[in-house]
Amino acid sequence: MQKHILLVTVLALIGFGASAQSFLENSQVNGSFQTDAQYYMLDKGIDITDLNGKKFGINGFGKVNYTNGNFSAGIRFEAFLPEMNGFRSELNGVGLANFYATYDNGFIGVTVGDIYDQFGSGLVFRTYEEWSLGMDNALRGARVVLRPTNGVTIKGVYGRQRFFWAPYLEREMSADDYRGIVRGADAEWDLNQSIPSMNDSKFRMSLGGSFVSKKQADQSLFYYIPENVGAAAARLNLGYGNWAFSTEYAYKINDPSAINNFIYKEGQALMASLSYSQKGFGAVLQVKRTDNMSFKSMYTGKQNDLDINFIPPINYTHTHSLPSMYTYSTQPNGEMAAQLQVNYTIPKGTALGGKYGTKLAFNMSQVNDIVRDSIMDNGQMVINKKGSLGYASDFFAISKHRFFRDINFEIDKRINKDWHVNAQYINLYYDIETIEGHAGAPVVQANIGFVDVTYKINKKQSLRLELQGLWENEVHKGYEVEESEKKDYQKRGDWAAALLEYTISPHWSFSIADKWNYGNPVEEYRDHYFTGTVTYIHDATRVMLSGGRQSEGVVCVGGVCRTVPASSGVTLTVSTSF
Amino acid sequence: MKKLTALLLLALFATGLYAQSKTDLPNVTLKDLNGKDVNIAKLSNNGKPIVITFWATWCAPCIKEHNALNDVYQDWVDETGVKLYAVSIDDSRSTAKVKPVVEGKGWDFDILLDVNSDLKRAMNVSNPPHTFLIDGSGKIVWQHTGYVEGGEEELYEEILKVAKKKK
Repeated sequence: MQKHILLVTVLALIGFGASAQSFLENSQVNGSFQTDAQYYMLDKGIDITDLNGKKFGINGFGKVNYTNGNFSAGIRFEAFLPEMNGFRSELNGVGLANFYATYDNGFIGVTVGDIYDQFGSGLVFRTYEEWSLGMDNALRGARVVLRPTNGVTIKGVYGRQRFFWAPYLEREMSADDYRGIVRGADAEWDLNQSIPSMNDSKFRMSLGGSFVSKKQADQSLFYYIPENVGAAAARLNLGYGNWAFSTEYAYKINDPSAINNFIYKEGQALMASLSYSQKGFGAVLQVKRTDNMSFKSMYTGKQNDLDINFIPPINYTHTHSLPSMYTYSTQPNGEMAAQLQVNYTIPKGTALGGKYGTKLAFNMSQVNDIVRDSIMDNGQMVINKKGSLGYASDFFAISKHRFFRDINFEIDKRINKDWHVNAQYINLYYDIETIEGHAGAPVVQANIGFVDVTYKINKKQSLRLELQGLWENEVHKGYEVEESEKKDYQKRGDWAAALLEYTISPHWSFSIADKWNYGNPVEEYRDHYFTGTVTYIHDATRVMLSGGRQSEGVVCVGGVCRTVPASSGVTLTVSTSF
Repeated sequence: MKKLTALLLLALFATGLYAQSKTDLPNVTLKDLNGKDVNIAKLSNNGKPIVITFWATWCAPCIKEHNALNDVYQDWVDETGVKLYAVSIDDSRSTAKVKPVVEGKGWDFDILLDVNSDLKRAMNVSNPPHTFLIDGSGKIVWQHTGYVEGGEEELYEEILKVAKKKK
């Protein structure tokens, strides 16, 4: 304790001591705070019959950055007392979660402390922090960025990743904490910025390449765990006029882990996108193939723990409560995906465009499994067997096993000064057995629609009404469910939802909403989820109080979105930045 | 430990008060839609105000806000000379969609890509949409989080204040 006080005092003294006039003048401080607090209540109606001694959950952070010219430093303090429902219990605790200091003069940038960065699209390296998910895989160590000439950037990173509150020093780490060291380098060359004659060319091109490795100790009694695992990626971006093309390929050597069931196969990933855009029209086609590309700095890591890389899902992100109940999550062991999105605005002043233009959007995305063929390994036919090469996979073959498909069409129209309508139709296929692990549960095949109408009462006040429906093709009232499988049918079947919001710009928003699972095959799950919310915003400060039942999903009220876990009770969110 | 916590919170609070003074834009480099580097600290609009909005293709209120801003943007430019930079915090999931979405919706703003959330962190943005107003000398003078229908009116009043001060 005394040591800490001493440290704070010394820091303060240095701060004041260095208060030469010019230094102070250039000093700037900014930061932000957020506290999310929940009070939980019993609610037999939605099966919350025991709070397990947990009446409160509080997640909070405070962060301060200091900058002075080319120098900047910051800290982030976090408190989970205890963590809110739906967040990992390992977060429980209080402390200084993150700190950094950076010097960057344009030619060279050096950072020590906690590093967030990504190489290319993140297929071999990405560290980031997402507060609403309680996720943070920052790399504590050092980073050097060099920009030797226009358009060339070279980066190197070295460190150990954050694992909730686990200590970083080897001698302090617990016996079952096998986190390794992550090292990486990346180079990018943008030809247009680097070659003067190409500066204003219609043709654009940039290239990049990265290499990342982890050094881990082999603690396994059964398998030889490679102590160095390397992964490399190469990328290319091309553009000509309104056209753009980009691609990235990544390769990882054998990396047996809990996620891939300790097989010794190499990993591969390929992503590509092609887009065309001009005023009023934009289209993009994306394809992706990943095979055994989970890459963690601890081979026993589960879920999203200690991910070194990031495999981006390429489907549409829904924000309304019913479609966002079935959000696709990336399958780390392999998938093939494609997406097409088209945005078009019918011009102002035409018959269909009206006075304000009419905005249309179409999106289609589909994800299937990759094909896995059995191979001979040590004289045995194997498929996915621990300790073997696992399987062989034809790069271009697509499995018949479909994980997900989403076809949707959206129209957005300002009718006149006071009325605004937004509507969307969604056709959804969601393999709930694979994505959420409900063994044997039938696939969700549903039609979803919503209408969102805003009426401006006057310059400051407005009303918004949102009506949504979700209708499953197969599972609804009357569908036979065995008593033992009932749990897998929570949230299944047909839904209706409504929301009414009254806003007084720029400070206030009041809303009431209900979601009703009226068509659940199990009678006791035909529940209502009522909520009421009040939001007050003043400049960069937001206070939100809501009460009622919340099912899992993304909620947008008062103009801000975040994901929320299921609960019943009262939630208070206070956030500010300065 | 509790004392240390209290001390740290107090320190944070104190720095918060101190920081009410206007701050500069951070030294962060982003890319525009053509892949060109843009250093945020060096943004300038010849002494006229600059607006920076944070948004994402998956953020419904952000799309609403930008549709509304787009309807009035040309009038604002004519009256105040303001320039708007819309910073997309889309990560590699949806970076490729940003340009088609922006063009498809017909927005007239300058778009910057904050793929690694560097600017989002440096400017302490928690949730999009989040809007900053920068005066003619490059200082952040006002910010606002969230968007509700008609919210652009408040922004415009603030822009007018800054634009008038300059004259």
